[in-house]
Amino acid sequence: MDIKEALITLTNACGVSGQEYNLNEVIIDMFKDYVDSTEIDSLGNVIFCKKGTNNDDFKIMLAAHMDEIGLMVTRIEDNGFLRFTEVGGVDPRTIVGQEVLVHGSKVIPGIIGTKPPHMMDKDEQEKSLKIKDMIIDTGYRKQELIKYIHVGDFISIKRETIPLANERISGKSMDDRVGVAVLYDLAKRLSGFKHYPDVYMVCTVQEEVTMSGGTTSAYSINPNIGIAIDVGFGHTPELNKSETLMMGKGPGITLGGNVDNNLRKRLIEIAKEYNTPYQHSVEPGPTGTDGCAIQITKEGIPTLVISVPLRYMHTSVELVDLKDIRFTSILLSNFIKSIKKNDNSFTEEKLCY
Amino acid sequence: MLLEILTQANGVSGNEKEVRDIIYREVEKYADEIKIDKIGNLIVHKKGTKKSNKKVLFAAHMDEVGLIVTDIDEQGFIKFTTVGGIDKRILVSKTVNIGNKRVPGVIGAKPIHLQKNDERDNTIPLSDLYIDIGVDNRNEAEQLIEIGDYIAFNTKYEEFGDGYIKAKALDDRVGCSILIDLIKDDHIEYDFYAAFTVMEEVGLVGAGPAAYSVKPDISVILEGTVCYEMPELDSHLIPTQLGQGPAISLIDRHSLYDYELREKAIATAKRYNIPYQYRKTSSGGNDAGEIQVSRSGSKTLALSLATRYIHSTASMINKDDYYNTILLIKHLMPILCEGEENDNRF
Repeated sequence: MDIKEALITLTNACGVSGQEYNLNEVIIDMFKDYVDSTEIDSLGNVIFCKKGTNNDDFKIMLAAHMDEIGLMVTRIEDNGFLRFTEVGGVDPRTIVGQEVLVHGSKVIPGIIGTKPPHMMDKDEQEKSLKIKDMIIDTGYRKQELIKYIHVGDFISIKRETIPLANERISGKSMDDRVGVAVLYDLAKRLSGFKHYPDVYMVCTVQEEVTMSGGTTSAYSINPNIGIAIDVGFGHTPELNKSETLMMGKGPGITLGGNVDNNLRKRLIEIAKEYNTPYQHSVEPGPTGTDGCAIQITKEGIPTLVISVPLRYMHTSVELVDLKDIRFTSILLSNFIKSIKKNDNSFTEEKLCY
Repeated sequence: MLLEILTQANGVSGNEKEVRDIIYREVEKYADEIKIDKIGNLIVHKKGTKKSNKKVLFAAHMDEVGLIVTDIDEQGFIKFTTVGGIDKRILVSKTVNIGNKRVPGVIGAKPIHLQKNDERDNTIPLSDLYIDIGVDNRNEAEQLIEIGDYIAFNTKYEEFGDGYIKAKALDDRVGCSILIDLIKDDHIEYDFYAAFTVMEEVGLVGAGPAAYSVKPDISVILEGTVCYEMPELDSHLIPTQLGQGPAISLIDRHSLYDYELREKAIATAKRYNIPYQYRKTSSGGNDAGEIQVSRSGSKTLALSLATRYIHSTASMINKDDYYNTILLIKHLMPILCEGEENDNRF
């Protein structure tokens, strides 16, 4: 499976935070030929490991979250319409008129209904709609619907991923299946090589709501180096160049308190050595990625945060460039290969072995 | 269903050719006369075995609401405006197809993380929206599209829920589909005309010239019409309901429908136990507005399918409504065509 096909498969599948197990089969099937072991922990993180040549338990953990933002059923009206709330950061303006899938005991398609413009008052369109005023129409009466759907059921946005011009591709849940795609491409790149560290590739759960997947998987792996692979704001006309990443110009390497500065410098050296495009991404505070959770695990873990440029974050048309996925996995694979026994030049005294 | 092919075709007002070509191929061998007039309407004459006292015209519009390219910026982003009545709030976070080559594009939005708190209370103005087709500059974009290209929503036809259909452009491909079914039906014994009109959504443009050339005595407009069934609404505020049968128009922004024709339709529905409902709103309008005032005028009747989420990317109709509308028309046909002479049947 090439990277495009992998990303399409990953994003057409549904796994709202809390229901990531929907993706296990697809993900395990993709990775299984390239890794030595697969484990699913109690929260649902899918943890792949490719053993290294070390005999000192040197571990590197790479995390990409597999969950996506979505919605959840809160009420079934007498006429069968569903009321709902959000799971993760959903801009209500991006779900008006959207098609959805309601994940009950059966997956039922629905539409987030809209009022006909013919019946609107003059200025009605100027005010944005609130989730409390929206409904999902499944085309079923209540008596039929309650056989399959209950309050608390997850709802995902229904969107088929589409390739655009060049190597751009757009769909829902690119945040952060694109990270999972990076891990997949990395697993393939590493499969022909011997490397020193044990490489743990973790598809984490619940990043969009609590980061609990990153927290618990980092605890159980307790890596020497943690790397979160997430998405960064791609540049669009309404955003400042300084706070965004250009598309197709390589991953954003995060600078700031969340990352270990020595590791970051080492990563940039590697990028330069192999001529891999990269960009700087400045974030002095918490990054809002699994990197935050990993950094403060146990007595603390030196952490990196790498961001794939992505436009229209948290909409159903999140847009990425396949080139950036490739650049990210090339960079990571070179970084991993560069780590040698007793090589502490980039870790100073923080790692002991 | 033919409705699938019709709704998957793109025909934003002013660019109906793809839809018209499909209809032409479908009805060609059933039509006694078929012509495309000077502004793009497709007009069909189907002769019957029985003489009609009245010349009856059925009309359905081929066009759909959509968007049109107005500019391409330096970075290759595509600016657009709406064609027909669209609530701009439905455009965000959708996929579209641009031009006859169907270049795919997406309408994104600023990430929620970078918005100010009060930003979410306001609608994103149309002038701030744009389409991303994946290119990096104007030159690359111009290889694929040009200013003036029409843009259609990218929505799949799907059968849905308990006997429903979801698709784009059900207003008014559903009328076109019914009219095609009538033309193909050899059990209809009476002469009639069918007009598949252009540009209804931008001001009932095609209907006038179509009626002018057909010169009907009686006109029946087949439509997909407004429907809004929120749980908190009083019944008098619900214009139509899905599954309650064809909706018979009373009044709208452009027409007062003929009382006598309306009564005939209702009596026929009752007589044959066909469910029906009134279209209980005066908002909106359809081709009847132009047809009834063409030449010295013709009496009009509008039979519509309730269409939820009309003028959005995914609208919805009920299949029983579809078949009940056809059934009502078939029973109504002799009454309309024979005119006053058979009024004693009521």
